[in-house]
Parts: sequence; structure tokens; C-alpha cells
Amino acid sequence: MNFTIAIPEIFVLSMLCLILLVDIFTPVRFKIATYLLVQLTLVLTFLCVLTQYLNYSNQIITFNGAYVLDKLALLTKLFLLVTTFFVFIYAFDYLRKRNIGRSEYYILGLLAVLGMQIMASAYSFLTIYLGLELLSLSLYAMVALDKDSARATEAAMKYFVMGALATGLLLYGMSMVYGATRTIDISQLGDIVNLATRNENMVVLLGLIFMLAGLLFKFGVVPFHMWVPDVYDGAPTSVTLFIASAPKVAAFCVTMRILVEGLSSMQIEWQFILVCVAVLSMFGGNVLAIAQSNIKRMLAYSSIAHMGYVLLGIIAGPDTVEGYSAAMFYIATYVLVAAGAFAVIAIMSDEGVELDKLEDYRGLNARNPWLAFIMLLLMFSMAGVPPTVGFFAKLGLLQALVEANYIWLAALALVFAIIGAYYYLRIVMLMYFEEPRAELVKVKITMRPGILAAISVNGIAVLWFGLLPSSWIDMCRLSMV
Amino acid sequence: MWLQSSLLSILIWLPVIGAVATLFTGGDKNAAMARIIATIVAIANLLLCIPLYLGFDSSTYLMQFKENYVWINVYDIHYALGIDGISLAMIILTNFTGLLVILAGCQAIKIRVAQYMAAFLVMQGMMIGVFAATDSILFYVFWEGMLIPMYLSIGMWGSTNRNYASIKFFLYTFLGSILMLIAILYLYEYTGQFQIDKFYGLNLPLRTQEYIFFAFLLAFAVKVPMWPVHTWLPDAHTEAPSGGSVVLAALMLKLGIYGFLRFSMPIVPDASAALAWLMIALSLIAIVYIGLVAIVQTDMKKLIAYSSIAHMGFATLGCFMIYQIVATMKNYHDAYMSLEGAVIQMISHAFGSGAMFLGVGIMADRMYNHSRAIKDYGGLATSMPIFAAFFMLFAMSNVGLPGTAGFVGEFMVILSAFQSNFWIAFVAALTLVLAASYTLWMYKRVFFGPVLNEHVAALPDLTILEKINYTLLAIGVFFVGLYPEAVLNILHATIGHLLLISLPAAS
Repeated sequence: MNFTIAIPEIFVLSMLCLILLVDIFTPVRFKIATYLLVQLTLVLTFLCVLTQYLNYSNQIITFNGAYVLDKLALLTKLFLLVTTFFVFIYAFDYLRKRNIGRSEYYILGLLAVLGMQIMASAYSFLTIYLGLELLSLSLYAMVALDKDSARATEAAMKYFVMGALATGLLLYGMSMVYGATRTIDISQLGDIVNLATRNENMVVLLGLIFMLAGLLFKFGVVPFHMWVPDVYDGAPTSVTLFIASAPKVAAFCVTMRILVEGLSSMQIEWQFILVCVAVLSMFGGNVLAIAQSNIKRMLAYSSIAHMGYVLLGIIAGPDTVEGYSAAMFYIATYVLVAAGAFAVIAIMSDEGVELDKLEDYRGLNARNPWLAFIMLLLMFSMAGVPPTVGFFAKLGLLQALVEANYIWLAALALVFAIIGAYYYLRIVMLMYFEEPRAELVKVKITMRPGILAAISVNGIAVLWFGLLPSSWIDMCRLSMV
Repeated sequence: MWLQSSLLSILIWLPVIGAVATLFTGGDKNAAMARIIATIVAIANLLLCIPLYLGFDSSTYLMQFKENYVWINVYDIHYALGIDGISLAMIILTNFTGLLVILAGCQAIKIRVAQYMAAFLVMQGMMIGVFAATDSILFYVFWEGMLIPMYLSIGMWGSTNRNYASIKFFLYTFLGSILMLIAILYLYEYTGQFQIDKFYGLNLPLRTQEYIFFAFLLAFAVKVPMWPVHTWLPDAHTEAPSGGSVVLAALMLKLGIYGFLRFSMPIVPDASAALAWLMIALSLIAIVYIGLVAIVQTDMKKLIAYSSIAHMGFATLGCFMIYQIVATMKNYHDAYMSLEGAVIQMISHAFGSGAMFLGVGIMADRMYNHSRAIKDYGGLATSMPIFAAFFMLFAMSNVGLPGTAGFVGEFMVILSAFQSNFWIAFVAALTLVLAASYTLWMYKRVFFGPVLNEHVAALPDLTILEKINYTLLAIGVFFVGLYPEAVLNILHATIGHLLLISLPAAS
């Protein structure tokens, strides 16, 4: 038993209990204490993980093979902690103006972070399942935070029912694999599957398909994407912001564990499945996004497409190690960009009014040039136009695909990228080429200094890493070897 | 010397830094400040071309003013810059045009001045980057990076149908460039490097070369633009503000030709030779068919836009004629002249059409309804005599009158084409008739005849700033027209080498 490697998780858990107690005894006007404590926890945990990252020497497996500490886990944790920190800053004003779940949001959020951290370090099916459920249950509750909103409740219900089904599939798949291999440890799984006969592997294959279904649901890719637009749209923007960002990184990490570290010998099978899913997602996401008039729904479809791109990296992975690091880089940059974009929506939304129609972005440049410029960078990054970071994310994927001899897939990915460019450009068009609606001309968009700083850092980072992406790419690459 | 080793970087990034500075002047309250900053930056950049020109050794084809830093370690992508004769000429042209556009914008643009200036400064920086990059990914980044400011400038300061035109422009060019990216990545797999000169002389199998050729062709043909992927250009030109039209015509179209010279021909010479017939055919279609289309235009900007396509057809013809010439004549001298003519055509077209687009802007800004329609004008020579005189000069350059810039390139291309194939030369020479008819007919309808109405009669003649602009352009037209040796001198060595590596190994 090596408890030291789980220190960040233990710390978060203890802080959670403490914050829960503090929260009960603080009067309403001091609720900001909860927020500050949660942010403090995130910062301290980040520093703790960073220490582990800097002192990292080699992979450590503990708790009878259920828990692992390696570069992938550490990097995932770093990404999700930073993202969550920013997300909570963005959410603060939005929640305060609407007075919804002002302390519950952060506590549930922190609980979700704990779940994601466990997912990142999980090395057996049991721990994976534990982390995943901790994350999912917190998210279901967060979607329903705005309990007076019928749409939010409906979204939460849909999310819960479908999510539970997906988790069921995942668990069912795990039980099959366990039945066939008598192990739930990922470290042993690979060897056993390698040695097994074809007949025994048929069961594993069936289990793999079920597990994939569960995981792909978490990614939100076609054909498991139905929940994405409804939940993104129905949930309060501050929650959408959270769902759209950090959990994607954690889901990616778990997928890497199961597919690459556990079942690499079945790569031909899962590669084939992922190719179908990726193509469908890039197509479906990008095409359906064009038809949307609500920006949250539009970004939901765009996230479906982007997750399709991430899968491309995993597809190329077995043939070239660049594939996995490209996918990691892609998802990390996507999270950065998506968090920024949803934050802009949250900032735009005024008290009581949800300004999430595309129309509301008309003439943003005339109302607030800086916010419009940040949104411009984010949109061009999503479209993959240099000099934003989104270009290098796509470049890495394409390079891996070409190296793995999937040139047709690379060409297809680019064709879909052009379709995607259209609706990102449309937002830029609305912001820059049109005049604001008459009743909005005078409405000031106010930002507290904290939010302004956070969104500025976020926006500039998109440009900064677009000009100098080398260090970040290296980081993602090291996590894969 | 530090200037020698970082001059190109300064040329690229000074306008970008200037753009940020302009943006910080804020809203239109400080418009004068934004104008001053932008003008200073543009002048400084043009002045920096002097050490660039003086320090350039025209006796060698090797890259000069080289800079090379590792940019992205993993993929071995370098921040690598360097120029040869063609790049030098294009960079000077870019800075020259950049200054003109800024000066013209100082007067014509009244709203969101700071953003306008910033967009054009960034565009200028990116364009210099394209001409200076010797790493293919760096090239691609600059190539795509300039789409954003161009897209914004069409959309923000354009006329009524700007949304359609700007998105069409962006998607067309984006579509073109992605296949180029795949081709570059394929070449990277093959060589393990992104440096452009490492792609030369690979001797790939013909079938592979053809795939790569078509991938590059789409990117560059859209930019040139060649028939039949030219339809974005009339729209973009018509809707763009006149500064945007000038940059499009004078510089952005040249990027396509530059791409052919830098990528297609030297990287896949065998495919270029095998498919030269296709390129020649497309060029001739552009020259004749688009020339005919230009005649019937009723919108002045559209007319000049179509005439640009026809003139660019000449440049592509000059590029790909070399294979025909070498195949029939076994004569390098004529091929050399053809290629040089194409490059001169690139440069000279910038003066003529750039000036004409500026002119349409000058007219439309003065007119009460901002009309660009030919029928709304008439007898302009009476109310704006100085403008009419200048415009005549540029129209003549567009026609290809000897003594003006437009003559040199066309003459060289036709002359060398004549040596190898009479009919190609004959069809290409039709342009002399066509260009004369559409340009001069337009000139007649707009400037001559009785003054059409009181609006035309009331139009004031050129302001000081506009006179400066036009004088600069007129000097350019005469300089290239009367003493082309000055430009040709810096091109000789580069084009000689380019010809050598662009011809298939067998011949």
C-alpha cells in the first residue's frame, strides 16, 4: 500500500468534508467562503500534482494493482484541475446573478473533480467504474441545479436516464471481460487476452464493444450523442461550461487505459469501430451544427465533431505513437477553447436573461471589442485556422494519420473541417459585420476584473500556444511514452 | 551584423506590432492617432526594404538573409526564413502596396479606423511571411493567417453583399489550402523534414507526383485564380473596400503564382511537364473567355476583377509554357524568357490593376450613392481632369501599351510562346485586343462624352494624399515599363536556377 501517490485525491476528499461542514454553518451573505475554499483546494491540489509531475521517475502501481501513477495520469490531472479552476471563476458571476446553487455548484463540482482524478489514476475496472460514477452522479445533480427551470430539469432527467444506461453497458462489458479473463486489472488484462484462444476472445470482444459504447457515450459521439445538445442547451451555462470541458479529458484518459494499455491486442477490432464512429461524428456534428440558431446547441454539435477528431488520433495510435500524443494535445486544446467559448456565453448572459441565440451576438464588436476579439480567436481556433492553437491540434492529428497511412481519413477530416468552418465564421460574421440589435446597443457588458482576467488569459493562450506550441506538444508527447 | 540576420523577421513582425499599437488607440475618437501610427509603420517597413535591396547579392540563386530557429521540436518544424530574387521583388512590392493601401485608407475609411489599419498591417506582415518562409509549415501558417484579416476587412468595410462575399472568399481559399497541407504532410513522411528545399529533387514516381501536383494545384489555382475556380474573386473584389481590392489584386493573387514557382514546379517537375497541357489550356481559357466576360461587365470593380483573372492567366501560361518550349525547341533560352516574363507580369499587374481599383474607390467614395456602375458616370474627364489623366496611364498599362509596365511581361511571354507553338501564341495574343476593348471601352464611357448629370459635375478632383499615391504608382508603372532590367537583374540568377530544377530530369 503506497498512500503517497494518492495524496492529491485524499486531500481533495478531506477538503470536501471540511467545506461541507463550513458551508452549513456560514450565513448566506458569506457564501463566498465556500467558493474561495474550493478554489484554494484546487490550487493546492494542483501544486501537489505538479510536485509529483516534476519529481516523477517511473510508473508506480499500488492498491493491489487498482491505482496507477504515471505521466498520463498526472498530465490529465493537471489539465483538469486548471480547467476546473477557470470554469469556477467563470461560473461565479453567473450563479450569483441568478442565485442558483451558489455553494452546491462548487461542492458538487469538486466532487466531480475527485471522480475525474480517480478516473485518471484508475488501473482496474473497479476503480474506473468508481471514478466514473462519482463524476456522472455529480454532473446529473449539477444539471438540475436550477430547480425552477423546466428545461434544466428535463435535461437532467434525459442525461440521467441515458447516462445510467451507458454506465450499465460499460459495467456489463466489464463483467464479460472479467468472465473471460478472470481479471479486472488492466496491467494483467493485456497478457491474458494475448494468450487466450480465439473463442475466449470472442467474449472479450463482445465485452469490448459494450465498454466502448459506455465510453463513447461519455465522449458524446455519434451514435451516442443524443444527450449532448439537449443537456448543453438545457443546463445552466455555468454547468454546460463544466460538462463541456474537464470530463472530456478524463474520459480520454480512461479510454486510453482500456483500449491501449488493456486491450491493445484487439486493436484491429476497435480501430474499425472507432473509424466508423469518428467519421459519423465529424459528419453529423459539423452538418447539424450549421442548422442551429442557439449558440449552446451549436457548440454542442461542434463538440460532437471535435470528439470525432480526437478519436482519429486514437485510430492512428497503434501505427504511430504520434497518434496518441496528437489526440491528447487535441483534447487538451479543445478543452481550453470550449471553456473559453462557453465562458463568453456566460458573460454575455445578463441577469435573468439567457442570451444564447446566435442573434444576440450581432454587433458584439461594437459593444465590447475585447470580448469579440477573444471570441474571434476561439472560433478560429475551433475551425483550425492558424495562427491559433487549433491549427496545430489538427496538424498533429493529420500528420499522425498520414504517417499511419490513413490518407483518405485525413482528407475526409479536412473536408469536414471546411464544413465546420462555415458556422464558426458565421459567429464572427455576426459579431463583426453586423450592427447590434437596437435594444442591446446601450446594454453594457460588464465583467468583474477576475473574470476579465481569466477570459483574457484564456483567449490569449489560444493565440500564444498557436504561435509557440512546442512546449505543450512535448508535454503531451511525453505522457504517452 | 544583426540587421542582416534578422531583417526579414523585422519586416514581418513590425507591421504586426504596429497593428497591436494601432488597436490600443481605441475607438474612433482617436482615429487620427491610429492613422499616424499605421502610416509611420508602413513607411518604416518600406524604408527597411532599402537595406534589404542593397544587401541582396543578385549574382547567386542561393537563399539570403537566412534565419533558422527550431520552432516545433517534435515535428522538426523550423522558423526558417530566406529570400531569393523572386521573394525580394515580391517583398518590396508588398511593402510598396502596403503603404499605398494605408495612405488610401487614411482618407477613405471613416469608421473603425484603428481596426481597419490593424487588419491591413497584419495582412502585410503575413504576406511578407509567405514570401520569406522557407519552411513549408511556416509558409502554410502565414498563408492561412492572412485569411483572417482579409475576411474581416471584406466583411467589416465592404458594401451591401459583403457577408456572402466574405464567407465565399474564406471557404474557397480554405478548401484550396487543405489539400496542400496533406501534400506537405505526405512529403514530410517521405523526407522527414519540412524545409521546402528538401522536397526538391526527390524523383518520386510519376503517379505520386501527379497526386501531389493536383493537391498543390487546387490550393494555388484558387488563389491565382484560374478558371474554373475563379468565381470567388469577382464577388470578393466587388464587395471589398477599395484597399482590400488593391491587396487582393496586387498581392494575394500573386501568392498563387508564387506557389507554383516555389512548390509545384520544382517539387514535382515530371508531373508538371506531363500536365503542362492542362495548365496551358486553363490559362488560355482564362485569357480569352474571362477576357470576353470582362467586356460585358457593368460594374467597374467586376470588370477590373475579371481583367485581373485574364492577366493572371498570362502569368500561369508563362510558367507552364517552359515545358512546351523545352520539349519542342530544346532551347533553354526561350523557356527562361517565358518564366521571367511570368514573374514580371506578376509584378507589373500589381501597379496597373491596383491603381485602377484605387481609382474606382476614389470615384465611388465621392459619388452620392457610392455607385460603381459604369452607366452612372460619364464625362468625368471634365470634372476630374487630373484623375482622368492618371487613370488613362494605368488603363494603358492594363492594356499593355509599350513603355508601361503591362507591356513587358506579356511581350516576353508571347514572344517565347511564339517560338514553340504558333497557335498558343496566337490565342494568347488575343488578349491585346480583348484587354484594349474592355479597358478602353470602360474608360470611354466613364471619362469621355458629355457630363452625365450634376452629381458627376460636382465631383472634386484628387486630394493631395491621392495625388501622392497616384504619383508613386505612376513611377512604378514607368519604372518597370521603361527600365525592366532593374527588376530582371535581381531575378536572373534565381530564375535560371528555378528553370533548372523545374525541368524533368530526362530532358
